[in-house]
Amino acid sequence: MTDPMPSGPEADAEFITALQDKTATAAPSSQWRDVWHQFRRHKGAMFGGAFLLFITCAVIVGPYIWAIDAQALDIRNRDMRPIWVALWDSTAKTGWHRPFGTDNLGRDILATIIAGGRVSMAVGWAAMLLALVIGTLIGVLSGYFKRLDFWLMRFTDLVLSLPILPLVLLAVTLFRQPLTSTFGGPEAGMFVLIVGVIGLTNWMPTARIVRGDILALKEREFILAARSIGTSSGAIIRRHLLPNVISPIVVSATLGLATAIITESALSFLGVGFPSDFPTWGKLLSDAVPRMQEYPERVMLPGIMISLTVLSVNYLGDGLRDALDPRIRGR
Amino acid sequence: MLTYTIRRLLLSIPTLLFISLVIFGLLQLAPGDPMAQVPLTVPAEVKEKMRQALGLGEAWYIQYWKWLVQFFWIEPQVLIDHWFGTSFAEGKQRVISWQTRSPVMDIVVQRLPQTLWVVGLAYVVGILIALPIGIYSAYKHYSIFDQTGTFITMIGFSIPPFFTGPLLIVIFSVSLGWLPSIYDTTHVVTDWTSFKIQFQQMIMPVMVLALQTTAQISRYMRGAMLDNLNQDYVRTARAKGLKESVVVMVHVVRNSMIPVVTVIALGVPAIFGGAIITENVFKVNGIGQLLLTWLYANDLPGVMTLTFIFAILIVLFNLIADVLYGVLDPRIRYD
Repeated sequence: MTDPMPSGPEADAEFITALQDKTATAAPSSQWRDVWHQFRRHKGAMFGGAFLLFITCAVIVGPYIWAIDAQALDIRNRDMRPIWVALWDSTAKTGWHRPFGTDNLGRDILATIIAGGRVSMAVGWAAMLLALVIGTLIGVLSGYFKRLDFWLMRFTDLVLSLPILPLVLLAVTLFRQPLTSTFGGPEAGMFVLIVGVIGLTNWMPTARIVRGDILALKEREFILAARSIGTSSGAIIRRHLLPNVISPIVVSATLGLATAIITESALSFLGVGFPSDFPTWGKLLSDAVPRMQEYPERVMLPGIMISLTVLSVNYLGDGLRDALDPRIRGR
Repeated sequence: MLTYTIRRLLLSIPTLLFISLVIFGLLQLAPGDPMAQVPLTVPAEVKEKMRQALGLGEAWYIQYWKWLVQFFWIEPQVLIDHWFGTSFAEGKQRVISWQTRSPVMDIVVQRLPQTLWVVGLAYVVGILIALPIGIYSAYKHYSIFDQTGTFITMIGFSIPPFFTGPLLIVIFSVSLGWLPSIYDTTHVVTDWTSFKIQFQQMIMPVMVLALQTTAQISRYMRGAMLDNLNQDYVRTARAKGLKESVVVMVHVVRNSMIPVVTVIALGVPAIFGGAIITENVFKVNGIGQLLLTWLYANDLPGVMTLTFIFAILIVLFNLIADVLYGVLDPRIRYD
């Protein structure tokens, strides 16, 4: 037979202790701390992020630390080899005041690499931001307003089937002259042109991803609740929808940065990028190709810089995708 | 399925018209006078006549219409004439290059085999390397092979072809002297020795292009395999006593190939775009190099036609990818 139910104050206390948690609950943790925890476990992404941060800082503060003008000609010290060549070839022309050597006009290679990195990174970041703004705008409009959806998505499909590299080449070659005169100076004109062209041809993936997420989100209860208390469409988009699509936007931003850097370097490599005395990584690489038998380091250094930057950005994107996905996070 | 294909084919006509309009508009907006190279001593009225002869000076819509007619109506007739010996296109105006004053399509047809050989072979090689890597690294998930494979594909993803090209030239042509650095398109294969030379000169351009393809496709293959390996049907196949090789190579690989095949189809136009850079590095005189030459020479009909050919490739392979997806996966119903 079952035991009679115990009663009285001691028994009540016993029930309450049985109901209590045996282990202390973990301290509440914010979403961004969870993201950071997951992100830290991805070693490649940590390295990638750190390297990207390092390279960005290096090209920003570099010219103040290594204060040699990248354009300064030093014809007596031309064609110097990097310092490590002295390890196996003691007759090579090396020197500690030019650690990476000099080019055929005596320009310091370390300084040109820093200056070139400045331009390449600036083009990359600016083009990525432009593509992101256009993509997010079109994605949000298309996902939220049903009337715009059909036409905007047909337009996105059309742009996706454009041959991008030939068109970019076309635009950059054909519009070099007028933009140069409009913005005063070939460098500024070329910067605006390249950033514009890369931005205008890279927004489609972002737009598609954002649209898909907005379509799913806007059927959720919290949007219904927001609408029922009379929130305007603009406020719903700004306060409720955009914060929820941050993670796909961030992931596609990293991919966009990698594409932008590669496209800019490819344009410079094909000789349609920035003017000839203006260093960018792609330009340095293509200038060095004709004499790469004698001076392989002039091809290697900018090439390694481009590849390492793109590699780190890709790893960063991989880690961010895992960290920002709540289904993977915490596993 | 057939109605879907026909609908897509019909829909691709306005798409192609839009693309041609975009390219044409871009070229119209562009400054740059094809008469700029003509000496100043040539009188103005002669210049005007030369302009007329180039088909300039008309309103833009007339020029556009004429290009459309030439490309879609006259050029196919030339092709039919060439095949069957008829004379439909006799005396009709074809798309003429400003630089060489010869029909654009003739030059494109001359250049196409080089591109197709290098690009096509690179794509096939890339796929053949990528598929086993993808399959094995998914099967041995998180093993050393998988980690290394993922790392190498990531590197292949990140190193641009205009760096791998010179890098390979420095290593294999300059330092080791094994391979020629320039692709000789006049080389004719007649016997074993000439075949060996052809093989040697194709290794580097093909490998540079194949590296990109391999990286991309092996990632997709690995992802698709991982999705499929934990499915119930795999457990069923193992439970009924099938050999492990049959389970993986027949059941799982077949199902994983569905998304990968579409990715392979979608990647074809991109690799033609990538060929522009590779051809420039290895001096292959294919259509990518032709596009650059015409671009620098301000040859608008040539650039227009060639860019449009790239666009046709993209639209065509998008269509092929969508149709293949429906054919391979019976769960997909378009109708």
